[in-house]
Amino acid sequence: MNPVNEGKVAYLDTLAAFARQTETREVLWLRALRREAAARFDQLGFPTTRNEEWKYTDVAPIVRAGFTSAARDPAGADGAQLSRYWFENLPGHKLVFVNGCFSAERSRLGALPKGATVASLAEALIRQPQALEIYFGRIAGESAHAFTALNTALAADGVYIHLAPGVQVEQPIHLLYVVTPAAGSKMLTPRNLIVAEEGSRAAVIEHYVTLGAAAYFTNALTEVAVGPNAAVEHYRLQEEAGDAYHVGGLHARLGRDSRLTAHAVDLGGRLVRNDVRAALEAEGAECTLNGLYVVGGRGHVDNHTHIDHVKPRGTSREFYKGVLDGRARAVFRGRIVVHPDAQHTDARQVNNNLLLSRDAEADSQPQLEIYADDVKCAHGATVGNLDEDALFYLRSRAIEASQARDLLTYAFARDVLARIALAPVRERLERRLIESLMHRAPVEELL
Amino acid sequence: MLSIKNLHASVDGKPILKGLSLEVKAGEVHAIMGPNGSGKSTLANVLAGRENYVVTQGEVIYRGKNLLASAPEERAREGVFLAFQYPVEIPGVSNIYMLKAALNAVRKARGESELDALDFIALVKERMKLAEIPEEFLYRSVNEGFSGGEKKRNEILQMALLEPRLAILDETDSGLDIDALQVVARGVNALRSPERAIVLVTHYQRLLNYIVPDYVHVLASGRIVKSGDRTLAQELDRQGYGWVAQEGAAASA
Repeated sequence: MNPVNEGKVAYLDTLAAFARQTETREVLWLRALRREAAARFDQLGFPTTRNEEWKYTDVAPIVRAGFTSAARDPAGADGAQLSRYWFENLPGHKLVFVNGCFSAERSRLGALPKGATVASLAEALIRQPQALEIYFGRIAGESAHAFTALNTALAADGVYIHLAPGVQVEQPIHLLYVVTPAAGSKMLTPRNLIVAEEGSRAAVIEHYVTLGAAAYFTNALTEVAVGPNAAVEHYRLQEEAGDAYHVGGLHARLGRDSRLTAHAVDLGGRLVRNDVRAALEAEGAECTLNGLYVVGGRGHVDNHTHIDHVKPRGTSREFYKGVLDGRARAVFRGRIVVHPDAQHTDARQVNNNLLLSRDAEADSQPQLEIYADDVKCAHGATVGNLDEDALFYLRSRAIEASQARDLLTYAFARDVLARIALAPVRERLERRLIESLMHRAPVEELL
Repeated sequence: MLSIKNLHASVDGKPILKGLSLEVKAGEVHAIMGPNGSGKSTLANVLAGRENYVVTQGEVIYRGKNLLASAPEERAREGVFLAFQYPVEIPGVSNIYMLKAALNAVRKARGESELDALDFIALVKERMKLAEIPEEFLYRSVNEGFSGGEKKRNEILQMALLEPRLAILDETDSGLDIDALQVVARGVNALRSPERAIVLVTHYQRLLNYIVPDYVHVLASGRIVKSGDRTLAQELDRQGYGWVAQEGAAASA
């Protein structure tokens, strides 16, 4: 047994303990699903760098650290501490999860239109398990890796959103996942399910933050079913502490003429891996994936995207950018599979990486597999430094070299944020981006 | 104001300037002409402080100080301005932001207070008229998607706003139609004053019909081989560069 999978044993113990606790409370299909997931986790084991999908991302630190006990204690996090994470001027529904558990008293759910359900997943699994059965664990499916299996086996809480046909939720649904010191050195397994039936629409913000906890592991998973003509706007904002580990998954199925727009912004974390999988399963579906990662120190951010064009006339747009400083490392792998039936697919993928230091490194791998003959597919990947000509131009206009660098860095990254439709979210992220620069004040005037 | 003595400079290890000397006093307009590859743009870039232009010998004194010792931004703050031959496109940085940051940095260096937003806008709008730039250009990214003429007019706007002591225009006239050329000329002529000096680097004498220089210098093979008044430019226009280059070669032989 390799050292990585020696660590697995401790996780299996956690799984067994969890199964014993929940056995009597959970419905049959869920118990079966968890058992299968646990078995798959056991069979797969933690991935090693010999696995092509994990070639550049070594998860040994996560395994070694042994985040084997699941956080369940919703202690800490008072309203004042949370207030700084709410978006200014953004009305809407706010759900707070403290150390993985839904906290009703800290949440504020506004009036929802008839036919819209926004609830704690734990509660939904008890009250209306039959509604979840055909989606839960089915969207992420078999293809997923060990972390997905681990999440499915352990997931206790998160959000369940269901939109009946034609239901439009105007205000965004903001999900705040807070980790307090009570969850230090532990594992969190948030799990979300979003079901948008025909013609419905909503915007959901998943927001991961740290409130003083040290060295923990978030293993999050979200499944989204976008029905015919439905539109889901999804945000995944990760601003966890510099010693936090984060593995996240977004698995989506898109119906006929539906639309999924997903933004992934990573501003924190020590080791981050995100998998986005979108299956355009019916004609005319449209998928947009935008991503920004700003990594410094010894941070490591890995984004894997996988878009399946299954049926004709699908459109996908991917736009990921990264800024890397210090000894940071970034990985981007964008896989697009155009299936034989997916004629008139229009797919475009861009990944640009800006290296601010000599020791930073980025690996970018576009992967196009095209089995249909009448399609438009384009991709572009770059890894580079700041444009010396632009730098000289600004300096020749009396702008300090370091300020000019910050300005160009900001302009590079903001390009992604500019695509965010929700202004309060965009503005907060722009401010956060500026805070990460050396010369805040002058660049702030850009806003 | 500017005293260049025996300047030698290389680009990527290749010697381009080979003993160039030039004296420019306040209030003067100098035209530097010469065939392609003679080193005109190298001179402009060395004066502005571009990093890959290495000075191997000689000195440049600007207002009593060694210009070569300072960083590009310090030179700009001291009043040196280069209008680029190829202005750079900077996506994501708005023109107005760059103009404001530049002006405030220069004003600070001059011991003046920073302009507030209203005064700044008023000043920019006034100078935009001079450079004939529509207002919408303020809010666009620096030079991004600008036509060749628009980029050059944007350089003139920056110059008019920053009011440099020493303005160096690197082939600002190249590729311009007659209307744009007149805009450039008006911008330069408006700046002419007893306290300022202007160095026009140009291939053609056409610009000099609109900006009358006090001195014309011919640069060939990295040195000034002939100097004169504006009639020299007219002579070059009639006869080309061949005869001066030969004269220069004969003189150095």
